[in-house]
Order: sequence, then C-alpha cells, then structure tokens
Amino acid sequence: MHHLGRYFIFLGSLFRNREKIGVYSKLVLDECIQIGINSVFIVSIVSTFIGAVTCVQTAYNLVSPLVPLSIIAVIVRDSTILELAPTITCVVLSGKVGSNIAGGLGTMRITEQIDALEVMGINSSSYLVLPKVLASMIMFPMLVILAGFLSIYGGYIAGTAADIITPEDYISGLRSDFKPFSITFALIKSVVFAFLISTISSFKGYYTSGGALEVGQASTAAVTNSCIAVLAADFLLAQLLL
Amino acid sequence: MIEIKNIQKTFGDRTILAGVSGKFKPGDTSLIIGGSGTGKSVLLKCMIGLVKPEEGQVLYDGRDFLTGDDDTQKAIRREMGVLFQGGALFDSKTVLENVGFPLDMLTDLGTAEKIDRAKFCLQRVGLEAAANRMPSEISGGMKKRVGIARAIVMNPKYLFCDEPNSGLDPLTSIKIDELIREITDEFQITTVVITHDMNSMMEIGEKIMFLYQGKKLWEGSSSTITQSNVPELNEFIYANKLLRDTKA
Repeated sequence: MHHLGRYFIFLGSLFRNREKIGVYSKLVLDECIQIGINSVFIVSIVSTFIGAVTCVQTAYNLVSPLVPLSIIAVIVRDSTILELAPTITCVVLSGKVGSNIAGGLGTMRITEQIDALEVMGINSSSYLVLPKVLASMIMFPMLVILAGFLSIYGGYIAGTAADIITPEDYISGLRSDFKPFSITFALIKSVVFAFLISTISSFKGYYTSGGALEVGQASTAAVTNSCIAVLAADFLLAQLLL
Repeated sequence: MIEIKNIQKTFGDRTILAGVSGKFKPGDTSLIIGGSGTGKSVLLKCMIGLVKPEEGQVLYDGRDFLTGDDDTQKAIRREMGVLFQGGALFDSKTVLENVGFPLDMLTDLGTAEKIDRAKFCLQRVGLEAAANRMPSEISGGMKKRVGIARAIVMNPKYLFCDEPNSGLDPLTSIKIDELIREITDEFQITTVVITHDMNSMMEIGEKIMFLYQGKKLWEGSSSTITQSNVPELNEFIYANKLLRDTKA
C-alpha cells in the first residue's frame, strides 16, 4: 500500500509545476524515437514469428475435415488482434522500454543529474517522465498496429509456405465475420498498457537510491511489475469491454 | 549573505545534524569540513533544498528558503549555482548544451545570446575547445570545470560546491580550487565548499567550519586552524603523516 500511495503521488507530481508546453515538444519527439522507432525491429521479429506459430499450431489442432481451413485465418486474425498483438507486444516492450526507462532514470538519480534539475527549480519528474509517458502512449498503439499486421502476414507466409492453407482460404478467413471493435479494443489496451509500463518503470527508476547494483534491481523490478500490471489490466479490460 | 540557524536533521533514529548554525558572507569562500559521515553533504543538501531539515532556518539575504512560498523558493533557486560531486552533467547533452541548459529552461534569452553566454562561461573555465564533446568524452577534472561553468551561467549570487576535489589529482585539485576562488572574487559570490581536502583548506579557506558528528565544533580561517585546541579537529588535520611531521 505504501508503494501504491507513493506511485499515485508520483503520478500527481508529473502534472504539478509543469514547464512550458514548448519545452516538452522536442522531448516527446526524442522519446518517440527512443521508445517507438528503436523498438520496431524487435516488435517486427516477435510478431511475425508469433503469427506464423499461431497459424501452424492452429492447423495442427484442426483435425476434422468438416471444419473449413479458412477458420485457421479467422483464429490467427482474432487471437492476433485481441490478444497477441497488444499484449505480447506490450510484454516485450515492458522488457525493452521499461528497463531502458528505469535504468536511465536510475542512473540519472545516482549521478545527481535529477538533483541538478531540482536545484535549478525544474520539476524533474515532470520534465523527465511526462515526455516518456506521452511518447509511449503515442507510439505503443502504432507498434501494436504494426505487430498486428505483421503477425497476420507471418501467419499467411507460414500457412502458404507450409501448404497448410491456400492464399485464397487465408484471405477469405481474414474477411469473414470481422468485428471492427476488435481493433478499437486492441488500441485501447495498447494505450492503457503504455501508460502502465512507462509510469511504473519511471517510478522505479526515479526513486532508485544507492549505486549501480540498485539501478539493475530497479530495472528488473520495473520489468516484473510492468508485466504483472499489463496482464492484470488485460484481464480487467477484457471483462469490462468485451 | 547566507545564514543557517539551528539546522537539525535525523534519518530514522540517527541524528545527522544536531543544530548547526553559521553565516557565509558574499565574496568569501567558506569551507565546511569534517570526516566522512559527519553530515557535511546533508547540511549542503539542506541549504540547497534537496533535503528538508526537521528544525532550523536557511536565510538567503534574509529570505527564508525553507518556509518561503513557491515564488520565493524559485527566485532563490535562480540565484544559486551548484557544483555536484561528480559534476552531474546530463549524459545526453554536449558540454555546451549542458552549460546552456539553465538558460534554456529559466530565461527568455534568444538562441544567440544563450550560446554566447554559455561559451563565455566555458571560456572562463578554460574549456571552450570541448564545447561540442559529450560528457563521456571528457576527464573527471574537465567534468568538474563544466559543472562550474553550468553553475555560474545564470550569474548566481550563491555558489555551492560539493567536494570539488574528490577523485582528482593534486594539480587538478589546486586548479579547481583556484578557479572557485577567482570566480568568487570576480563575481562577489557567496561560495560554500564542502571538502575534506587539506590542500583546499589551506588554499581557499577564508572561513572554515568544522563539523563533527553533526555538530559544529570549530569555526575560523586557514590561518588559525593549525592553532586550534579542539582535539577532534587536530586529529582530522594531522591525520596525514607528512603534516604530523611538519608540526613536530
């Protein structure tokens, strides 16, 4: 409860005594590159393979000749959009981005860079953390869209290359009984997950004390706590919105 | 002038500062000395607002920093320059950007004016050639000098230096000390230096305050420190064999 209380106070501090809006625009852009563009490679690799594996494993489980093969594409599409693209991508990002945020802020803390900002009268939490949160909430949905596209495409490549499904069946499966709300749901999840990952990781990094060992511990705690928060939020959102 | 009155600070059941008081005059380089763990850095942090003491006052030209409203605190902070122990330079910015950072954040100066001012301060500490280097590409002594340049870029009335000589060779230490004293004289700044370096004490200690177990045990100058009859201070000063032999 003590940590939860500190976390909410920390969130409040992001919006108190903010700097001028102009100060944040460049910082947000820099963070978008750091958080978003630099994560494109890992997200692409993970999502493509997940799509491919989902396709192959679904085909393996469909043994009845009465079930049309296009159902493989339906399952790949729905599992990708509803769960794999937003959740797995964000779990991967909690490792990459979360540890980066916590490590960076932790290092700034132990090398007195955060103290230097405070002494100048700058709200260090707002100056350092708010751009990361905003950039995450902008970039995560884009990465999730990319992951969804590549995952479905990965399923297509794997399915057709392994002669599991014909291209026509796959496309037909993708088009059948599509619910547009699935996309909205995935994007809502990605924004919520972005907020959780960026704020939890920032919280852990910002309050690091000690030395290099503690920075490492803060990074580990950031990833662990972010993953748990993402999975808990995943369940809650599914219950609330579906 | 900076005046501290009865500063008290505890962490848990450990008393770090037990009622420290003192005055620091403009144009003076005042030193706070003492062994490790005597509360020097905590006292400095109380003075610059990074740690809130349980009791006491910190007055900047009569303005109470600790209980003052946001505007008063902001105004005082803008008159402060702080050199941190490791320099505390921002890793992602170049040397010039580091020095110009307070101007970017706290003033409405034009870009050219900001660059000119930052370059002037870098020139003042003899590092104009390193303007475009990253902090990771410069030595420890250079980092301290960049830290000093950043600390003076806003024309501060009060300059605080936390162990400016730590981790530096004796020659570089003396250069840093000289630089601090020159800047203090030149701009008539109230300078407070935390140190346990004997060379610094003898070189720039116009006023020295000795802390021991969170209390002020002695106050004087570099010319009187060797005549002190405080055993804890004498033990601290003559910890070095060379000095002991010189005294004998």
